[in-house]
Amino acid sequence: MLNTRVIESVTIPLAALLVSGLVFSVFLLILGKSPATFASLVWTGGFSSWFSIQNALQRAAPLILTGLAFAIPARIGLTLLGAEGAVVIGGFSAAVVAIPLVTAGMPAAFVWLVMASAAMVVGAVWVGLAGWLKHHRGVNETISSLLLTYIAIAIVSFLIEGPFRDPGSANKPSTMPLGTDYRIGGMFDSSVHWGLAAGLVLAVALWVLMARTPFGFAARMTGGNLRAAQGQGLPVGRLLVACCAIAGACAGIVGFFEIAAIHGQANASLAAGYGFTGILVAFLARHNPLAVVPVAILFGALDAAGGLIQRRMEMPDATMLVLQGIIFVVLLISDTFHGRLPFGTSQRTGART
Amino acid sequence: MTQAEPLASMMIVFYAMIGGAIRVSTPFLFVALGECLTEKSGRINLGLEGNLILGAMTGYAVSYNTGSAWMGVLAAGGVGVVLGVAHGWICKLPKVNDIAVGLAFMGLGTGLAFFFGKPYIQPSAPRLGSVPLGGWSNNPQVQQALQINPLFFIGIMLAVFLWWMLRNTRWGLVIRVTGDSAASARAMGVNVDMVRLLATAAGGCLAGIGGAFLSLSYPGSWNEGLSSGQGLMAVALVIFARWNPLRCVLAALLFGAAGALGPSLQSIGVSFGYHFFNAAPYILTLVIMIASARSRSAAIEAPRELSIIK
Repeated sequence: MLNTRVIESVTIPLAALLVSGLVFSVFLLILGKSPATFASLVWTGGFSSWFSIQNALQRAAPLILTGLAFAIPARIGLTLLGAEGAVVIGGFSAAVVAIPLVTAGMPAAFVWLVMASAAMVVGAVWVGLAGWLKHHRGVNETISSLLLTYIAIAIVSFLIEGPFRDPGSANKPSTMPLGTDYRIGGMFDSSVHWGLAAGLVLAVALWVLMARTPFGFAARMTGGNLRAAQGQGLPVGRLLVACCAIAGACAGIVGFFEIAAIHGQANASLAAGYGFTGILVAFLARHNPLAVVPVAILFGALDAAGGLIQRRMEMPDATMLVLQGIIFVVLLISDTFHGRLPFGTSQRTGART
Repeated sequence: MTQAEPLASMMIVFYAMIGGAIRVSTPFLFVALGECLTEKSGRINLGLEGNLILGAMTGYAVSYNTGSAWMGVLAAGGVGVVLGVAHGWICKLPKVNDIAVGLAFMGLGTGLAFFFGKPYIQPSAPRLGSVPLGGWSNNPQVQQALQINPLFFIGIMLAVFLWWMLRNTRWGLVIRVTGDSAASARAMGVNVDMVRLLATAAGGCLAGIGGAFLSLSYPGSWNEGLSSGQGLMAVALVIFARWNPLRCVLAALLFGAAGALGPSLQSIGVSFGYHFFNAAPYILTLVIMIASARSRSAAIEAPRELSIIK
């Protein structure tokens, strides 16, 4: 028989999604729009054809990774908002290290390897800094990681408009374009880039790490009770920094794929808000790395349908932000029902203090 | 840069920074005072960024439609109250994390503001007037720097009032006890959830007014990039000001000066590194947080119930 907690952590978020859908329908009705049209457009734009499924998966790839970037530190008790900054600064680093290699005509696979490593390392250091400050200086990680995000965006805009600006980019300052030979194409004849594969592999790997290894056990124990973990002699500081660094590396890979597969050069489009949507993805998945995947695909599909909804229903692009905000608020309200559902409560045993 | 007179251009930067500090600090001041009040009651509202943006949009829209900027300020405060009450109500439910709820409201407030704000990006609404205080000087830079918005003075008066209220009144005592020990407050017969709900609502109102300043005075128009984290930086600012409304004023001025650095340098033609100087307030915030996080006196003055301190 399934554990009560597993049942709860599936049914409660699903119920929250349903209620959010109802609340959003009321919002649409007040505006004089049809919720039925909205739902059918989400279906058309996100799931109905191979084209829309590819579109949804394409947009889900970065959300899987940024979802993981929030979920892993959350398991050790940190609320990190640094993913957006790590995407930007990781992507920028990837674009910059590629410039001399591309100019020297190195093989593409080698260039990608260097680019991805640079993005991961820079992202890991950037977000790891928030973890280090938390442990060694007692700086609240939520605020410091958000500040680091703003600092990253400002520094990267400065560098893109200054020293690393490609003279050819007149309207939108950008770094030097990679060129078609160095662009990552779609997987197996589809338009979905390899970021999806990276996301899936990392989701499984991080689930194994968090659920099946001593590292994951120590991290979850630290998240559950910091004092107890310290009392047991766990290296709490190193665990905190490691979880933040993993998060930063995940977000850095998003930046790498944005450069190598989507934009081909670093510019302001890097700050696309994946880091912030990833927070909601992680909360809906209850910080479980495997559950992040289906939730990210759902939001990828919503995102894919966004353009269609904008055109057909004449609604602004912020419609999806409103829907996401409603889902987030309802989901957090639903947290209060954990452990209080009518079924299976008798199974909850164990010392409370 | 004018090569001939480095001193003159330094003075221009200096005046521009003073004027800029006063202008840029006003929204910081309102959000910080609101957050200070909320945190004094033992709860943290990270969602004030959402209040700020929604307040900016509402203020601009109402000012455009009614023709009165002050109606806009009032409406922005009203929207802030609604968000604050919602935040306060959700946080009183068991097992709900107030930091996460703040994140959610940041997203919801931003989403609603962008959704309803689309039609107001182009049209021009009546702004709040300024009080010219630079009449004593013949220097046009001084006169320009001392064009001060009445909301700044209201903010200063509010800070003094909050400081006095928290220290000397029954309500102030109730808020402080609730923030320091919910158990003691309950023993005194205080309804802890109600006090926190009211404090969050009042804090939300102030943040909404701060947003109205952004769209109706400086920079003085509504667009989607209007606020870039001021609401969150104010949270750090309150920690730096150690939950004292008077110190919030000084901290807000300091942050305002850091924020005015980039535009001031641009006013004498230094455009190099504009984005880099834009990072100055964030870097300053981070440095201040690193310097003050482990300080013992800050630990003493912190409300004990705050989840961010624990």
